[in-house]
Order: sequence, then C-alpha cells, then structure tokens
Amino acid sequence: MPTLLELRRRTRSVKNTEQITRAMKMVATAQLRRAQEAIISARPFSSRILKVLGAVAAGAEPESHPLLRQREERRVEVVVITGDRGLCGSFNQNAIKSAEALLVEKAGLGPGVHPVGRKGKDHFRRRGMRLVDPLEDIFRRLDYEHARGIAAPLIERYSRQDPEDPEGLDAVYLVFNAFRNVLRQDVLVERLLPLPRLELPEQESGPAREFLYEPSQADIFAALLPRHIEYQIWRSLLESAAAEQAARMTAMDSASKNAKEIIENLTLIMNRVRQTAITTEILEVVGGAEALAA
Amino acid sequence: MSTEPRLQLEVITPGGVVLREEVEYVEAPGVLGYVGILPGHAPFLTRIRSGRLEYRLDGEDHVLAVHWGYLEVLDDDVVVLAETAERPDDIELQRADDALRRARERQEEFGAAYDPLRAERAAERARTRIDVVRAQSGTGADDPPGATRN
Repeated sequence: MPTLLELRRRTRSVKNTEQITRAMKMVATAQLRRAQEAIISARPFSSRILKVLGAVAAGAEPESHPLLRQREERRVEVVVITGDRGLCGSFNQNAIKSAEALLVEKAGLGPGVHPVGRKGKDHFRRRGMRLVDPLEDIFRRLDYEHARGIAAPLIERYSRQDPEDPEGLDAVYLVFNAFRNVLRQDVLVERLLPLPRLELPEQESGPAREFLYEPSQADIFAALLPRHIEYQIWRSLLESAAAEQAARMTAMDSASKNAKEIIENLTLIMNRVRQTAITTEILEVVGGAEALAA
Repeated sequence: MSTEPRLQLEVITPGGVVLREEVEYVEAPGVLGYVGILPGHAPFLTRIRSGRLEYRLDGEDHVLAVHWGYLEVLDDDVVVLAETAERPDDIELQRADDALRRARERQEEFGAAYDPLRAERAAERARTRIDVVRAQSGTGADDPPGATRN
C-alpha cells in the first residue's frame, strides 16, 4: 500500500500536467481556427490561377514548357513538411514515415531532403540524409515569402539545361499532412516537379472568347507556372499548419482526459488508504483500552 | 447612376481577397505600361508589375499598391491576381523609405555578388509603396516613378 504522502505528491504532479495539457489544447484550438481561415482565404487565388492557366495554355503549347517536361529521374529531392514541436500525436511521425518510404524507393538516386520544420530536420539529420536548405520556425508567422523562398531555388535548379549539372534536378516531391477535419489529417505525397498534368477547369463552351494578350499568351503562361508551383508549396504549408494544430488539439484533449482519470483513481485510493489508517487506529485504541480494562 | 455599366473589380492575393468592389474605372500597371479599363472593355489578359492600381468608385479615386501578377478583363469583370496588394493606410512610409535606401545600398555595395534581382524587386516594391502613399495624399500622383522601367 502506498503511503498517503506519496499519493498526495502524485496527485499534485498529475494535476499540474493536466493544467498544462488543458492550456495547450486551448491554444491549439485558437490557432487551428486561424489556420483554417488562412486556408479558406487562400482558395480564391488558387482557383483563379488555374482558370487563367487554362485560358492561356491553349495558345502556349504547354508540353514545351521546361517545368512540364518529364525527364529520367536521376537527381531527386523531397520537401518534407513537419512541425517544429512535438506533443501533437503522430503528426510528425506520419509525415516522416511517408517521406522515409519515398526515400527508400529513390534510395539508389541519392535523394536530398528539404526539411521544413525542426522535427523533420532533426530526424533526417540523425539518419545521415543529405539535407538541403533546412528551414525551421516558420509556422509561427507563416508568410507567402516562405513559399517563394522554398520554390525559387527548386524552380531555378530544375530549369537548368545541363543534365550532368550536379546542382540540377529531375524531380521534386512534396510530403505533408493535409488537413481534412479536426479529427483527421492525411499525409499526402505529391510530385511538385515536373508539374503533373494540370487539371485545368473546363473552358466554358460556346464560341471561344478572343482575348487580347500583353505581352503574349506564351509569356503569360511561362510566368504563371512558377507562381502555380509557389502556390502549391504555400497551400501545403497552410494545410500542414492547420493539421498540426488539429493533431495537437486532439492529443492534448485525450491527455487531459487521461489525467483526469488518473486523478480520480488516485483520489479513490487515497481515501481508501486514509480510511484503512483510521480503522487501524480505532482498532488499536479499542484494543489498548480493553487490554487495560482486563 | 446605378443604371450605368460598372466594372466588378476583384484583387486577389495568396493571403486572400483584398478588394471586391463595383467601380467605374480601373487603371493598372501593365508590363507594357499603365492600362486604363472602362466598362465594355474587350477581353484582355496582361502581366502587371509593381505599381499603382487605381480605381474610381462613386466619382472618387482610390489607389492600391500591387506587386507583380496578372490582370484579366472579361465581361466587365476585372480580376487582379497579385503576389501582394496593400492599401495606402497599411503602408508605413518610413519603412518603405528605409527599405528603398537599404536596397540601393546593397546594390552599390555588393554589386554583382548580391542577388541583383532581389534587390531590384525590393527597391521597386518600396518605390511603389512610397508612390501609392503620395498618390493617396494627392501629391506627385501624376509621375509614376516606376514608369521609366520595363
């Protein structure tokens, strides 16, 4: 039987933990709402960019653009988006596991890893992977500039003509947690470069409208594609940020519940121990009195 | 007034919809020069650079700073897709001034060693911001400083 003092100490420590997990849950809830709003307000940009791409693709021979051209995969890199902190269930592990699977598949090519988020960076550094431009601590103040900063060197290196250039790239993949709902986050593995076949919205039927283009259709198409890639990264950053908060919220919620349960159990045991002690004392007193009377 | 044709103007950035308004006139910084759009304009698609996006609403002129993107006109819908767009009230003149000076210093100091495109873009953005704030307060609005470039 544990002593009363031990039990009290344990209860106090569990209570402290519960307070922390409850506070973290509340913070995650607030941040999740903000992250969700960010996803929603980013949507019009995406649908518009696809619409404009659709409008100009026809006159631009899309297959000819370097960002769409397929090459044999020899120089491959993977962008892995995780969080900077733990305490969010299997959020980080899920992304890392999916990335590992992809890296094993491409192992013969000596793939490089672009970790975004401290957890991924630490993991892949321990594993001795080749890290390229690791980024951390961007989720607190996520900005479109971050997406641009990730996209720009990838686009530049992918566009290099020399197939022997060690700095060049033949394919880039993107691994991140997508936010489905508060209880569900799915890891997505997408190919960023070369751009998969663009799923362009159907052009409205009827006679095609003659647009005036400045400077030209092809020029606009070529300038729009890099924006589209930046946007893909931007979207995955927003999704991952929301997914992380959702995962943390869920994890902290169940941690708080568990803590409550432990406290209830401890209180129960504590009462039992106290009663046993009282009973023993009474018995001793009674026993002592009887012995004296005898 | 309400029977007159109007333009539905939308300014969209990755951060969200910055502006959605029924306006009478739009003027945007196209790559080949400023373009003016009135209701009934032909379908039109152009790239825009960093500059002033002006629009007239109920006879009053307003201005936004937009930085790189596209402008589409179709059936009196004007959509501006920009990397960033700012209202003059949100621009701090002091910061823009500092940024412009910093960009110039970098260009001079490092020359070719510093990413020239980045410095140029930073300088252009700062110039646009300063220009927009001035245009809003009604001074120097007729002289777009970026107009000599591109």
